Amino acid sequence: MTHAKIYIAIGIIGVITFFTRLFPFVFLKKNPGPAIEFFEKNIPPMIMLILVVYCLKEINWVVVPFGIPEILCIILTSILHIWKGNSILSIFSGTILYMLLIQSGIII
Amino acid sequence: MTECKNHFYKLLDSITLKPAFITSIPVMTGYCSVGFAFGLLVVSTGYPWFLALIMPLFIYAGAAQFLALSFFTNNTSFVEIIITTFLLNARHMVYGISMLNKYKHASHFKPYLIFSLTDETYAILTSVKIPDNINNKRFYFYVSFLNQLYWIMGCICGAFFGNIFAFNTKGLDFALTALFVVILIDQYKTSTSKIPFAIAFICSVIAYFLSIKYMLLISIFLSMAILFFFRRFITNNDSR
Repeated sequence: MTHAKIYIAIGIIGVITFFTRLFPFVFLKKNPGPAIEFFEKNIPPMIMLILVVYCLKEINWVVVPFGIPEILCIILTSILHIWKGNSILSIFSGTILYMLLIQSGIII
Repeated sequence: MTECKNHFYKLLDSITLKPAFITSIPVMTGYCSVGFAFGLLVVSTGYPWFLALIMPLFIYAGAAQFLALSFFTNNTSFVEIIITTFLLNARHMVYGISMLNKYKHASHFKPYLIFSLTDETYAILTSVKIPDNINNKRFYFYVSFLNQLYWIMGCICGAFFGNIFAFNTKGLDFALTALFVVILIDQYKTSTSKIPFAIAFICSVIAYFLSIKYMLLISIFLSMAILFFFRRFITNNDSR
């Protein structure tokens, strides 16, 4: 992306993020309807799962290392998070293991 | 002039600042370290360090900032950026609902309080018990402000550290994947219906095979359409 486009993108992302935070204060003075509640409840989990898959889109599953580092580190992150429930610990352990795996050449 | 000075002293009210600071300590550890990783990623992917200042200043949303970097590298279209950012942050709309009453009388603090309503700020402000002798709106403001300060400091420190010490950051971007995995697990634990997870998984795999370039858009719209058609089934499942 060119620099000019990056600044526009930052502006767009900032405005949209603020809009989502502002939304209930402007539009939902009363109790929201059941339809809105349904989507508010179910869209965030869907987006998060889609984003996890999106993060893995660059992996080549048929060439060595077959996405093994990614899968291993996701498993480590998940186990730590289910067990300890500490986000920082889970994120950093997974990331550090991933960096070790792909930088050391243990898994080609 | 004196009025302005008085206003400044009123803002720096140490009786409120102290409990606000103590409340914000857990967020400090988290924001400094995740912010640090973000700043490091900014410079190691070749972007100028001041992106690690303006992004936490104007965007101030962890997941959206990390995702923004991948937008920059993938040269994602503005339409896709708008839709994905909106849906990624759609959870904030839910947060606001439970803050409507708390922020009702926040007067001139209100715009900033709304701007700075991140996951962590929401979590501590909804769970904290404010002592009786303390001005609520000022307490909310201090906690929100301190949290953003930690986040900005973390981001900038990461960027400077990454500039000074040239070390191998290959694989650091996995932090984004790990962040999403962690949020996903938290959401899985608290959600009543597991069907949306299945829908999203199937849709994202289909979208992956259809077009990697447009997989975000395809999977988001496909899964929302399916969610819409199966809404009756999912609601019934909830009430069981």
